Amino acid sequence: MVTQIIYKTLLASFILVLSLVVAMYSTLIERKVAGWFQDRHGPNRAGPWGLLQPLADGIKLFFKEEFMPASADKFLYILGPSLTMFVALLTSAAIPWGPDLVINGVAYPLQVADVNIGILYVFAILSIGVYGIMIGGWASNNKYALLGAVRASSQMISYELAMSLSIITIVMMTGSLSLREIVAQQQGFNWNIIYQPLGFLIFLICAFAETNRSPFDLPECETELVGGYHTEYSSMKLGFYLFAEYINMFISGAVMATLFLGGYHFPGLDKLGLSPNVFAFVSFMVLFTKITFFGFIYMWIRWTLPRFRYDQLMKLGWKSLIPLAILNVVITGVVILLNQ
Amino acid sequence: MKSLTNRSKVVSNKKMTFWERIYFPAILNGMGITFGHLFRRKTTVQYPEVKREFSDIYRGRHVLKRDDEGRERCTSCGLCAVACPAEAITMVSAERKPGEEHLYREEKYSAVYEIDMLRCIFCGDCEEACPKEAIFLTTELVKADYQRENFIYGKDVLVEPADPAKRIDVSKRQTPEVIEFKKDKRYKHNR
Repeated sequence: MVTQIIYKTLLASFILVLSLVVAMYSTLIERKVAGWFQDRHGPNRAGPWGLLQPLADGIKLFFKEEFMPASADKFLYILGPSLTMFVALLTSAAIPWGPDLVINGVAYPLQVADVNIGILYVFAILSIGVYGIMIGGWASNNKYALLGAVRASSQMISYELAMSLSIITIVMMTGSLSLREIVAQQQGFNWNIIYQPLGFLIFLICAFAETNRSPFDLPECETELVGGYHTEYSSMKLGFYLFAEYINMFISGAVMATLFLGGYHFPGLDKLGLSPNVFAFVSFMVLFTKITFFGFIYMWIRWTLPRFRYDQLMKLGWKSLIPLAILNVVITGVVILLNQ
Repeated sequence: MKSLTNRSKVVSNKKMTFWERIYFPAILNGMGITFGHLFRRKTTVQYPEVKREFSDIYRGRHVLKRDDEGRERCTSCGLCAVACPAEAITMVSAERKPGEEHLYREEKYSAVYEIDMLRCIFCGDCEEACPKEAIFLTTELVKADYQRENFIYGKDVLVEPADPAKRIDVSKRQTPEVIEFKKDKRYKHNR
């Protein structure tokens, strides 16, 4: 029991550190990728290939002046970025990172909490994420921040519907809400994306909207709203908002890989006859590669597409994605019924 | 209507087809374009390590040339000031005293010669107007400053050093006509 608690603590801290490091270096990779897409080099001055750039950015953010508008609600103003960061880090708990580790004959699952309603947990936490943005935008007492916050909340509501509807088909197919169970059923090349291409597409689009990434980055829309919900934020409070976005990217990549791309499974990997711990490590790397792939897609899309107009965003969400998602649910239901 | 260039595109408000309205083909096409750029040669010049080469006839800040014996060529005729479209050049002429022959080549020279680098448009007309091969534009840049007064360059900055090793080479800027003219020994200053 004690070893279990120690193990879980270690795993949780490892995943915490992992998400932070990944988010840190995502900022560098984002800028690098942006540079490459625009025939530039991207940051390459701080350390070899700019590897120390995130560190320099972090130090800079810490040493910047902590500015707080005089008319801001102090408690909520601080609560905003803290909540965003907290919630962004919370989601990773339910994600299965790999098959069990075996130490001294005892199996240790590579998952902090195997909740039997894993999907619900992830989505519940994701929905709370918007509160950080909303509270921050509201507490700033700035019209741009408020507009950004309003946009974020209505965008979140519109896209969460389609997102959940596309997940329902997965739940219908798997018959379980546990993420571990969902991954287990996708062993080999039995990935959900093959059975649910439409669901995957809807989920991917909604994930962009949920993480406030371009082309759905209307809450922070620099061209119209200065900085959107974080207009009045500076120093590490701003850093938390920006950082949380990258953590959210990482986590949503992990969720997408888990739900649709077979999680840590790769065709033929389980037939290689690797020892359990090596197998766990390789599987984890497989999952990590899939997450990186999604991270790249996020950046690729960002540096390709222009931002949506707000009415287009709403139209896409309510008039295209939700009907499509419902259609997908109906089709899946009919197919499952016919196959019984 | 015939277009002047071949670049104009006909704009229409036609209704988009279904294929266009689902956007995905267009988005994938765009992603293909951006992906192609990932592996392109980067256009960046890594500045402090690599400096972009200037053209030989780049028009930077001016130099007042000396002749081979180290005497100032400028005779303060004022043709450069007349030619200057920005009226950036001013000068005060003076007469050469006996014993100053090693300093100034002609009997008249400019005691003060000033170019306002904020007015100058670096057109090179002064260079073209000069009959004495005295003023040239160089590949050097005018440095930034905080005070406007510091942009008025006097003789202390403009006249090239007398030391032959520190002379500014302007041979690439001289047109074939100038080089041909210099060979004509009938003129005193070519001898």
